[in-house]
Amino acid sequence: MALDRYIALIIAVIFLIYGYTAFFEMDGLLPPILKRNPIWPSTFPKILSVIGVFAALSVVINLEKAGKQVGDDLDIAKWREYKVMQALMLVGGMVLYALTLRSLGFLASTFLFLAGGSILLGERRFIRLVLITAIASYGIWYLVDTVLGIYMTPYPSWFIV
Amino acid sequence: MLEGFLIGLETALSIKNLLMVIGGCIIGTFIGMLPGLGPMSIIAIMIPVAISIGDPSAAIILLAGVYYGAVFGGSTSSILINAPGVASTVATSFDGYPMTRQGKAGKALTIAAIASFAGGTIGAILLVLFAPALASVALLFHSSEYFALMVVGLSAIAAFAGTGQITKAVLMTIAGLVLATIGEGAQFNMPRFTMGIMDLQSGIGFITLAMAMFAIPETLFLILDPNRSGKSNEKQSEITNLRITKDEAKKITPVITRQSLQGFLIGVMPGAGATIASFLGYAVERNLATPEEREQFGKGSVKGLAAPESANNAACTGSFVPLLTLGIPGSGTTAILLGALIALNVSPGPRLMQDQPEIFWSVILSMYFGNLVLLILNLPLIPYIAKVLTVPRTFLIPFILFFTLMGAYIGQNNATELLFLVGLGVTATILRFAAFPLAPLLIGFILGPMLEDNFSRATQLYDGIGFVWERPMTAVLLIMAISLIVLPAWRSRRAAVSLTK
Repeated sequence: MALDRYIALIIAVIFLIYGYTAFFEMDGLLPPILKRNPIWPSTFPKILSVIGVFAALSVVINLEKAGKQVGDDLDIAKWREYKVMQALMLVGGMVLYALTLRSLGFLASTFLFLAGGSILLGERRFIRLVLITAIASYGIWYLVDTVLGIYMTPYPSWFIV
Repeated sequence: MLEGFLIGLETALSIKNLLMVIGGCIIGTFIGMLPGLGPMSIIAIMIPVAISIGDPSAAIILLAGVYYGAVFGGSTSSILINAPGVASTVATSFDGYPMTRQGKAGKALTIAAIASFAGGTIGAILLVLFAPALASVALLFHSSEYFALMVVGLSAIAAFAGTGQITKAVLMTIAGLVLATIGEGAQFNMPRFTMGIMDLQSGIGFITLAMAMFAIPETLFLILDPNRSGKSNEKQSEITNLRITKDEAKKITPVITRQSLQGFLIGVMPGAGATIASFLGYAVERNLATPEEREQFGKGSVKGLAAPESANNAACTGSFVPLLTLGIPGSGTTAILLGALIALNVSPGPRLMQDQPEIFWSVILSMYFGNLVLLILNLPLIPYIAKVLTVPRTFLIPFILFFTLMGAYIGQNNATELLFLVGLGVTATILRFAAFPLAPLLIGFILGPMLEDNFSRATQLYDGIGFVWERPMTAVLLIMAISLIVLPAWRSRRAAVSLTK
């Protein structure tokens, strides 16, 4: 079975859980006065879950009889030729950035993310790398914080200026 | 109408708003050239900046400027290095890049700029003529018709997804609608499907979803396959002579006129958009050309370059018609703009022209100024802006990812949102590998609350779903929506079956 049909099957399961919640879990929480209303918070999700399961199963059984499709000229069958490790490590870097943004502060975490990402992709001119990422980190923080007026903690949480 | 037009003109001509157009166009062109960042991602990144301006007119003018700039930037990278940043400029590279290889890069850029300018201008004039008429008709609509109209819009978007893709597009639209039900909607004042996660209480941010659906997959694809960014290692040809001859101008004039009109009409239709307009424009002009001219198509024909450029710009303007008059976005980009308008407390729809004429008209007029800025300011600056194409990918990719993260963070001011962004981004990448179209998901997500709101209002008014058969207009629209999905899907199935036989 092709990847798209496996994905559609997973989506069908998600829609079934969604539908189960809408049909059997949500209405119990509704105040009695709202039960006299023709429309409940669960009404729209109920309709969506039914249509959604039907649409997902249409893809699973290949109702449209679509041939093999490759998304945007990258073919999952050729995954060994792609730089999967680099992509996974950069995704990991993004997760780390999300987790350290508050504790390390904007400047340090941004510097580490940009520098780490560049090194991971093969950048080896370290002086240039440090200079560009340091200037960019400070410059963007200044722009966002001072010019746009959106506050972002610049320093680590344990660092008191 | 004239009074509104004059108020809009005054607003659009204020120094602040002119600076917004100029700034937006330059930023858009600059970023639009980069591989991996299409107009949708750029607009999503710029939304927090636009919202921080506070003034809705200025904010939307800035975003519209960014939009045109990005489309123009995409054309530039198509012409110079054969790396279309977006699908709508793929057709531009058919003849633009051969011209560059023949040493006519400057000429190709001028033709692209003139064609874009003319396409955008004719589009803007048609918008001025059509939008008020459509808005006044739309004022007669009730919530049930709005609900049905949105269903038609969503169906049309799915139907245009292409052969073998319709069921997938429908599935993605429903997925978008499902995601929109997460959180505490304004209507019921109770959390739905939050799974006990506090950060989901306010739902998923639309900037987060836009970034996750477009910027992250495209950047991950660039990492996975380094050759994807096109032939950026090729030496860029020098951009020297920007002039075009009288004969070339004579050749492209009828092409531009035809394609601007056709592009605008395609742009108005939900789901069709700039990509279809540009390919169709190219194909039509190729068929209309003389046999000798047809030979030149694909080898550096000026007509082949002017056709997709004028068509895609006119279609971009056309896609504003359903957005401004009905509040229904016809494309992913206008869906993001709709999200931005909602964030700015502006509700687009037929009442916008009456209630906030300064916004309605200033946006339309700024489109015209935006095209003018692209022609007189960006074109001479192109040789300098094009230097951005020489930025090594070792710097470019981490910066694109960083701006994506920042866009989501500033939009919600919440670090957990970044985790949602990464999770949704990885999911979107897998979906793209399996050729699932992602624009219907985003449009479904943005239209979801409005669709539910209108459905609920109609249900309450009619004490049930009686409105479907009691209001003929609603019934007709819903039948149209079903046919839009079923007929092409059935046709594609029959074609596939007869092919296997």
